[in-house]
Amino acid sequence: METWQFFVDNWQLTLQLAWQHAWLVSIAVTIAIFTGVPIGIWITFNEKAADVVLYVAGIIMTIPSIALFGIMIPLLSVFGYGIGTVPAIVALVLYSQLPIIRNTYAAVKNVDPNIIDAGVGMGMTRFQVLGKVQLPMALSVIFAGVRVAVVMSIGIGAIAAYIGAGGLGRFIFMGITQTYDAMINTGAIAVAVMAVVVDYLFGFIENRLVSKGLRP
Amino acid sequence: MIKLEKVTKIYPGSSLAAVNNVDLEVPEGEICVLIGSSGCGKTTLMRMINRLIPITSGFIYIGDQNVMDMDSIKLRRNIGYAIQQIGLFPHMTVRDNIATVPKLLGWEKSRIDKRVDELLELVQLEPAIFRDRYPRELSGGQAQRIGVTRAMATDPPVMLMDEPFGAIDPINREVLQDEFLRIQSKIKKTIVFVTHDIHEAIKMGDKIALLDAGRLVQFATPEKLLTAPKNQFVKDFVGADRALKRLDLLKVEDAMLENPVHCHSTDSALEVARRMQEDGLNYLLVCDGENRLDGYVTLRDIVDHEGQVGDRVKPMTLTVGLRQNLKDALSKMLTYDIGVVVAVDDDNRLKGVLNTMTLARVVGQTYDEHEGRWGKVTAGGRIL
Repeated sequence: METWQFFVDNWQLTLQLAWQHAWLVSIAVTIAIFTGVPIGIWITFNEKAADVVLYVAGIIMTIPSIALFGIMIPLLSVFGYGIGTVPAIVALVLYSQLPIIRNTYAAVKNVDPNIIDAGVGMGMTRFQVLGKVQLPMALSVIFAGVRVAVVMSIGIGAIAAYIGAGGLGRFIFMGITQTYDAMINTGAIAVAVMAVVVDYLFGFIENRLVSKGLRP
Repeated sequence: MIKLEKVTKIYPGSSLAAVNNVDLEVPEGEICVLIGSSGCGKTTLMRMINRLIPITSGFIYIGDQNVMDMDSIKLRRNIGYAIQQIGLFPHMTVRDNIATVPKLLGWEKSRIDKRVDELLELVQLEPAIFRDRYPRELSGGQAQRIGVTRAMATDPPVMLMDEPFGAIDPINREVLQDEFLRIQSKIKKTIVFVTHDIHEAIKMGDKIALLDAGRLVQFATPEKLLTAPKNQFVKDFVGADRALKRLDLLKVEDAMLENPVHCHSTDSALEVARRMQEDGLNYLLVCDGENRLDGYVTLRDIVDHEGQVGDRVKPMTLTVGLRQNLKDALSKMLTYDIGVVVAVDDDNRLKGVLNTMTLARVVGQTYDEHEGRWGKVTAGGRIL
């Protein structure tokens, strides 16, 4: 009840922070898709690189999120971006790499070799096999990776407030320092709602993009 | 025409040749079956023709062009390619699957649509129903048909087929084989066909190339392979039941009794009945004025009938085509537990009958390797 009252009194601020949060996450995930998917594809051609890349991405994933945001400060202050949006986005991009790269790699790699053989045998170039056969067939698994990355980024994005990037995390951190439960709850619930809605949205897009022939 | 000259393949890191010095020539419009046990190099040999596997040494010509001088992508687009596990793209509709190569070659949409429908009709799949289906919505047999159809999409003169009917139950396989032979008799492609099934090889091949450990052991017509196996290996591979396998090879028209007794549907029933009694016949085939098979009558049906034979005729459900092989005919006989089948041509004209006696005569023959002909074996084992 108290939480609801807080939301009603501060709905403009809540929306503003939610917008900031969403913006942060969408930039990070967009960058992550445009780096992770190509990297995932590239390592299907290069087994040695695959081991290294998946290992590194795995290590990044194990760094506690708050520590990763902390590491960003000394690293990026060299370029004058120690705190704020930039280090937050960089950290989120790094976190998103593992699910995206791993799923892309596994999905492209798992396409039935007979089907690839059919494509090559009929005279497709390597890129045509990739673009016309492997990627369309891998799409739903790649999408699953992206969805994991998005939901995770929305959650971890709350911690970005800690290094001054704003977002719904502000409510949570401010609420903790002021021991103001309603504020904490508003922030937490808003983050959860955003995650659920975005995940649903991606599910909808996935259904549209993935071929009907691949549905179970 | 496909010509292989001293073709050898040694895989990197292996000291043994997977394909060893093979010479082979497939004339225009013929099916050459590559056969052998697994690991004999038959698939490797086929895949070198469209350069999916690089040649270690030797030459492969299609027409008079050396495949090594051609752009590998262009080469493959000009060769039909159908594979074992069908290899249909699951995310594409039947139309898009068939259209794969035409699209790569940049055909116009209207031309592609026309060709797709034409090909679907050729394999007797209703275009309106099947065009927009996805592979998962097809039965095994339908998917196989689409797989073969896809290989024919641009009407390439040469086709490579790697066990294209492998992943399918025996009954449907027979149907697909017959259908493919029917199509081939019209389109006359030059085909290299890989299989490990000797029955399929005998049925499909104009020539059979038997491979063992990368070497070409014998390259001959099916008849020759059965009658004059070059050595013990070929004999063992073809199997001890060589005489039985001739049933795969011989067509109904080779063994049937021609001009069987029959009457016309407009004949007087009493007259026909009288003649049947004279000849001691219980059944008689009935044709119309143009010799098309109407069915049959039994003596009891017409013996006291005042009208025409046609009034009492019963339909003949079981017939065989002239080009079907004797094995199919025999299996029909056995399935329906009757001693005789009627052979008709494509227009349902009565051509002959086959009974267990005629089949027994064919199976009973044994090949005399000294005389070079098939003959009957007497009790003494001597060939008459």
